[in-house]
Amino acid sequence: MKEMISMVVVLTLLSVFSGGSLSYLRDITKDRIEKQQLKFVKGPAVMSVLSNTSNNPVESYFKLNAGTKEERTIFVGMVDGKPKYVAFEGNGKGFGGSMGLMLGVDIETDQIAGVGITTHSETPGLGSRAKTDPEFTNQFKGKAISETFKVKTDGGQIDALSGATVTSRGVAEGVTQTGVLYKELKPQILEGLKTVNK
Amino acid sequence: MANTIVQEFTKGLWREIPPFRLVLGLCPTLALTKSVENGFGMGVALTFVLVCSNVLISALRKIIPGKVRIACFIIVVATFVIIVELMMQAYTYSLYQKMGIFIPLIVVNCIPLGRAEAFASKNGVLRSALDGLGMGIGYTLSLSTLAAFRELFGTGAITLYEKPIQIMGASFEPFGFLVEAPGAFVCLGLMLCVMNMLGKK
Repeated sequence: MKEMISMVVVLTLLSVFSGGSLSYLRDITKDRIEKQQLKFVKGPAVMSVLSNTSNNPVESYFKLNAGTKEERTIFVGMVDGKPKYVAFEGNGKGFGGSMGLMLGVDIETDQIAGVGITTHSETPGLGSRAKTDPEFTNQFKGKAISETFKVKTDGGQIDALSGATVTSRGVAEGVTQTGVLYKELKPQILEGLKTVNK
Repeated sequence: MANTIVQEFTKGLWREIPPFRLVLGLCPTLALTKSVENGFGMGVALTFVLVCSNVLISALRKIIPGKVRIACFIIVVATFVIIVELMMQAYTYSLYQKMGIFIPLIVVNCIPLGRAEAFASKNGVLRSALDGLGMGIGYTLSLSTLAAFRELFGTGAITLYEKPIQIMGASFEPFGFLVEAPGAFVCLGLMLCVMNMLGKK
């Protein structure tokens, strides 16, 4: 009997102590973690697709509920105090699974301002160059958002990365789909931009 | 136990080096040795968990009832793992991203639990701390060595602080197989073989 009580007491105390200290730690690191996520997951991609802005697009954003789908964060790039670019995330299917694509769009001309890869699980040294090689993603720059992108081997306009055709195809398809999404969301985005202005 | 205090520390470095002598903790050894940064990061995370859990378990070893000791060990290990996870998210986020699921998986890694059961629950605090530290450093060294080998020959460069340092010349054709999962098995096998050959003498 004595042993049983000690088992219960020790386990309970240990759990209480563990749970308490963890929830305290979670509270004090919460804000920092959120900032880090914004900075590391999306920040570099946002900065690379929106380069000529007068504000810091990573700090100027609003959230959008795209219908029933997940919440999207729209980053806004200002030029001369007016919103000119938006950037948001879409998806592409690569060789190693889903890739996150950051697409920057000029809202006045509907042209692509830049494409960046946020998350991927492509082969290091081959498909991973889609993220690190700016020559590849720069091919999308200035193209109209309504275009259908394909790699050259499929009769399209994009030079694939050598040795990483599947990845390149995935990026091209992802950009095309994200472009379609942009068109669907544009009214909502313009609506949302008004709240950022104020 | 005839080990001196110094031996408790040094045994983790060679005589009982975790992945090669004890052949424990192989999952992260295989999965996280694509780059030196990952391997080293995993080693440091594990060292922290190992030292802290060894110390706490050793301090509580007289209070913990024998019948529920494993449950208690797991609570202690899990607590420290989550502390590591939160800290990495808050301060070294890019490393956290790369190591992903393997940080929470330290909870079920055999090394902390094995050391708790085999060592910390029977020895004093100082010895347990040294044992944990030695094992952790041994593990870090093993992972870093394996990762350096794989990364150097698999990609031709070593990545430190996010910046790849090209070591092989331009004509070097990366042996991409090594950074793939099967390459990890082959490299681990080769390293075990070398370790056994050296150990024989």
